[in-house]
Amino acid sequence: MKLPIYLDNHATTQTDPRVVETMLPFFTEYFGNAASRNHSFGWVAEEGVELARTQIANLIGANSKEIVFTSGATESNNLAIKGVAEMYAERGNHIITAATEHKAILDTCKHLEKQGYRVTYLPLQGSGLVDLDMLRDAITDKTILVSIMYANNEIGVIQQVAEIGKICKDKGVLFHTDGVQAVGKIPVNVLKDNIDIMSLTAHKMYGPKGVGALYVRRRNPRVQISAQMDGGGHERGMRSGTLNVPGIVGFGKAAELCHQLMDVEMPKHRVMRDRLKAKLESSLEETYINGTMEHRLPHNLNMSFAYVEGESLLMGINDIAVSSGSACTSATLEPSYVLKALGLGDDLAHTSIRFGIGRFNTDEEIDYVGNKMIEVVNKLRELSPLWEMFKDGVDLSKVEWTAH
Amino acid sequence: MAYSEKVVDHYTNPRNVGSMDKTDPNVGTGMVGAPECGDVMKLQIKVDPISGIIEDAKFKTFGCGSAIASSSLATEWLKGKTVDQAMQIKNTEIVTELALPPVKVHCSVLAEDAIKAAITDYKKKAVAAPALV
Repeated sequence: MKLPIYLDNHATTQTDPRVVETMLPFFTEYFGNAASRNHSFGWVAEEGVELARTQIANLIGANSKEIVFTSGATESNNLAIKGVAEMYAERGNHIITAATEHKAILDTCKHLEKQGYRVTYLPLQGSGLVDLDMLRDAITDKTILVSIMYANNEIGVIQQVAEIGKICKDKGVLFHTDGVQAVGKIPVNVLKDNIDIMSLTAHKMYGPKGVGALYVRRRNPRVQISAQMDGGGHERGMRSGTLNVPGIVGFGKAAELCHQLMDVEMPKHRVMRDRLKAKLESSLEETYINGTMEHRLPHNLNMSFAYVEGESLLMGINDIAVSSGSACTSATLEPSYVLKALGLGDDLAHTSIRFGIGRFNTDEEIDYVGNKMIEVVNKLRELSPLWEMFKDGVDLSKVEWTAH
Repeated sequence: MAYSEKVVDHYTNPRNVGSMDKTDPNVGTGMVGAPECGDVMKLQIKVDPISGIIEDAKFKTFGCGSAIASSSLATEWLKGKTVDQAMQIKNTEIVTELALPPVKVHCSVLAEDAIKAAITDYKKKAVAAPALV
């Protein structure tokens, strides 16, 4: 077993060596511009791009013509929301999203609010799910777009996407979903799930960084999006800019591999995740699972270890790469807004750890992580005045703290 | 973020972890911070009533590595100092000693607050029970 262990697969994934191998010739041999229509360099590049388009479309049950390549999911999310807002401005000015969305969604919405759009940020249930009745009630005749992520990047909770899509369809509102955590990991089908627009990225599914895509439905309904960059009119006029051919080819290969391996990887990762969870829960008191286990990505575990601060925990397990919802690990010094949206107190948000299992993890690694976590949590609890008070039966909520 | 060697050292081998009897008139206890803010420090000193010298110091901290290191270092510095000398310990000295980055300066402030809170508690007790001095 090699240290350090990478267990932060919601942040990014290792590029699969098979993906790298597929990409390499497109740097030095087939380096043409896919938009060059008059020589073989261009044709070969275009062929590579079109194959990738088909591979990605196949993974999500779409038509290859519905895939627009971008630089990543942040761009895809911006393009989807701003592009729809601009295109359908005459029809309405209201957008609905949820409090636990990625910043690329929330900040894009805030940007639009400054331009006069109205945005509803739906609160979440304790489980992490959007309340469908609340969504239905929030839709007005001014609503043009609903954007709800497929699966959350922190707690792995999978939304009832097909139902949300159905509600939107019935009300004649477009439905966008940020699919980056779900696509390639669990079955996603844009037709069955009633998705009109979906953001994707390669690097969360064992592809390279810097390449993403936007699925834009072409019929029933035909979705139109205003381009957000002016230029050569690539990608059916929706996204100008010379295509990142090696990246796109790699993205396609990554999608193909995920498609092939999904039936094996899903149950495998679920077993590994459940094993880690069982080990931690049986050896440690006062652990809490954040978000429902029922509707959850099979490779995600998000757990709070009460009375132990997240960053100090990360420091103790420095040969394991995971993330924490603790304020100390964020640039803003605020604890995770996702966990807070679930109704979790700041104290528990500070003690949370996110584990993301991926293709290259082994059972041996999972056992190592479990043992190490137990050792470090116990050590830090010995150091924790809160743990001492808890053990002495002090009700911490009744203590008068000197907040600073 | 990379931690300084001294922070890692205090985190890995924290000095003077533990608790002393809060009701002991020679023990001063300071607890600062809040769980919602992500750090709580409990710092205790035991003062020799004759000499006024801090003969022992203990801490327990819930917080990041820098918070643990700041309080661990504080207990080291406290031992052997008089209460008045201890009052002079500044958070900036902790920042320098541990090479804390700007985002971690609040950890040192908290440690200074904990020292002052422990001394205040001790003094309060000493006034309340003068017979023991």
